[in-house]
Amino acid sequence: MARISAGVTSSHVPAIAAAWDQGRADDDYWRPIFAGFEWSKRWIAENMPDVVVLVYNDHASAFSLELIPTFAIGCADRFEIADEGYGPRPVPAVEGHADLAWHIAQSTILDEFDMTIINKLDVDHGLTVPLTLMFGQPEAWPTKIIPVPVNVVQYPPPTGNRCFLLGQAIRRAVESYPEDLNVHVWGTGGMSHQLQGPRAGLINREFDTAFLDRLTTDPEALRKMAHIEYVREAGSEAIELVMWLVMRGALGEHAKELYRFYHVPTSNTALGHIVLEPTS
Amino acid sequence: MTDLSEFDDIPGTTLFTAQRSRKGYWLNQFCMSLMKAENRERFKGDERAYLDEWPMTEAQKQAVLARDYNACIAEGGNIYFLAKIFATDGKSYQYAAGTMTGMTQEEYAEMMLAGGRSIEGVRSIKEGR
Repeated sequence: MARISAGVTSSHVPAIAAAWDQGRADDDYWRPIFAGFEWSKRWIAENMPDVVVLVYNDHASAFSLELIPTFAIGCADRFEIADEGYGPRPVPAVEGHADLAWHIAQSTILDEFDMTIINKLDVDHGLTVPLTLMFGQPEAWPTKIIPVPVNVVQYPPPTGNRCFLLGQAIRRAVESYPEDLNVHVWGTGGMSHQLQGPRAGLINREFDTAFLDRLTTDPEALRKMAHIEYVREAGSEAIELVMWLVMRGALGEHAKELYRFYHVPTSNTALGHIVLEPTS
Repeated sequence: MTDLSEFDDIPGTTLFTAQRSRKGYWLNQFCMSLMKAENRERFKGDERAYLDEWPMTEAQKQAVLARDYNACIAEGGNIYFLAKIFATDGKSYQYAAGTMTGMTQEEYAEMMLAGGRSIEGVRSIKEGR
């Protein structure tokens, strides 16, 4: 049977993509950021997943205001890299796992999550930046990816609790898939940041640290956090953190922290990264 | 009825609610069009003429021409859509965010290097904290 062996979260700041793609990864500003993922790169090389269920948000790349799915799942064999206005990133296209993706779609829908099924999806920095951070620049990504875009752009986004429950449903789906697959669930985005208005540049280290702690010590408290608390305390774009709760819900009741990295600033953002292992 | 009024209580912050999304629909859809290289070229060739192809308000067009991102947001723009404009200009999120704060680019960059803007005093308009 397929199993979820780890959860990974990471911010997906687009400036990371620009720095990497333009050969600036070794600059003083960027070196400590990429260095913060060295442990994770070694760890994942030894624990390579067959498939990553990658929860991220589209940044007005695949979805305009014409169509705004709250939860969606990419069920294709392949996903191209979006042109976000600078031309597509020079990174490999993303290979999907259509069979498992369709299985998760069917299972979660019958589990009462009304997923939108996507067969054509160009993926943006929300999905590709974590791949770059975890895998560098291979000729092809070393794992298959099932994109799970979540709306966090148009209010209201799904609640953190709903995200957590979706994670639980994804776990049930994966565990009912007959093939023996090693599956990771990744949550991306966050941590504290605000990209707009006179309050832009907001960082709240205290909030972020407590959020990272609670992923293992008190996920129940995170489930109850209202949207207003994310945006008031950690910035308008920190609402992306609800996506981390999909990852956390997918790991089961108890999880152990294997690694954590936190760095300010990454452009406008507090970069947070954590690796968790289910223990229940 | 869902009460979203608390979303308007955060200083210097505009959340992309239904009302704003409706107001900014064509502004944001214009932004989306800049994801195509040929449209970016046409826009750069004659910004005003390109904007006039869209059913946007004059205030929206002026905000775009001036690259006044606070005004764009006041007119219903969303930052992830507006990003297509500053991407077309070859500018970064840090640049665009900086322009919205009233600080110079240098001051904004310094603030970020020093740990970012503090939360103290910018939590709530109503409660003054």
